[in-house]
Amino acid sequence: MRAAVVVFPGSNCDRDMAVAFERAGADVTLVWHKDDHLPEHTDIVGVPGGFSFGDYLRCGAIAAKSPISRSIIAHAGRGGYVLGVCNGFQMLTETGLLPGALMRNANLKFICKTVDLVVETADSAFTRGYAKGQRLTIPVAHHDGNYQVDDVTLAQLRAEDRIAFTYADNPNGSIADIAGVLSANRRVLGMMPHPERAVDPAHGGTDGVAMFRSLVEGMVAA
Amino acid sequence: MKVRVDVMLKTGVLDPQGEAVRHALGAMGFAGVEGVRQGKVIELDLATDDAAAAEAEATEMADKLLANTVIESFVVKVLG
Repeated sequence: MRAAVVVFPGSNCDRDMAVAFERAGADVTLVWHKDDHLPEHTDIVGVPGGFSFGDYLRCGAIAAKSPISRSIIAHAGRGGYVLGVCNGFQMLTETGLLPGALMRNANLKFICKTVDLVVETADSAFTRGYAKGQRLTIPVAHHDGNYQVDDVTLAQLRAEDRIAFTYADNPNGSIADIAGVLSANRRVLGMMPHPERAVDPAHGGTDGVAMFRSLVEGMVAA
Repeated sequence: MKVRVDVMLKTGVLDPQGEAVRHALGAMGFAGVEGVRQGKVIELDLATDDAAAAEAEATEMADKLLANTVIESFVVKVLG
C-alpha cells in the first residue's frame, strides 16, 4: 500500500503521520506542496496537521490552492483515499472535499490535551478496526477546531452515517460534538484529533494504531 | 484600480471572537453594546483601469479564495 504525505510550509505533523503509516506497513513518500502530481499508484494521501502558510487568511485556505491540492482533488475524484488531520481537515473543507468549516474554538483558546472520542461508525476503511460506540483516547491540539455545518448538511451527514467520530466531552464547540466526518463515498476522512500521535506506548496511548493498520491491510487485500 | 473586499461571517453563524470583544467593551464600561461582529477588510490593487472589470475580477477572487462562502459573505467595492 502506497501512502503519500503532503508537506506544506508550516506542516509539523508530516513526519509523525509518515511514521504511523510506515509502522502499519505502508510505503510512504513525502510530497512537497509545489509538486503538481502525486507519486504513481498512490492509494492514500495523508494531509498532516500544522500551520500551513502560517494560517494566513483562514486555516488551510492557502494550502487548498497549492499545486499539489489540484492533484489531491483529482485523486479523491477518482475514488482515491484521503486522510486529513487537524490542519489537514481544515484544508479538506477549504477544497470542498468535505462539507462544513472549522471555526475558532468557542472558548477562543488553543486546546492541547488528550480527549475521549466515540467511534460513530465502523463502516469505512478508516474506522473498521474499531467498533461502533467504542471510546478512543486521542490527543487534540488546535485553535480552530469548532466544526460547523448548516442544519441541512448536518441532517444529511447523520442520514448517510458520515459522522466518523464525536467528542465524549466537547472541547471546542463543534456542532453535534463532531470530531471527524467522511465524504459521501466514505473515502475521505477529516478529523481534528491526531491519531498519528497515538501509535506508540511512548505517546501515552496506542488507540490510533487500528486506523492506520486497517487502512493498510484493507488496501493490500483490495 | 483599488478595490476593497469586506468579508463577514454570515448572519446566524456564531462569532466567538466578536462575542469576546463585546464582553471586553462591557467590562470597560461601554454600556449598551448589544452585538459585535468581527470581519476582515482586504484591499486589492489591480492593474486594470476598468471599474467593471476590476469588480468582476475581485468578485471571482473573493468567491474562490478571499472568503469561505460556507460561513462567510463578502461585499466588493471599487474605490477607484
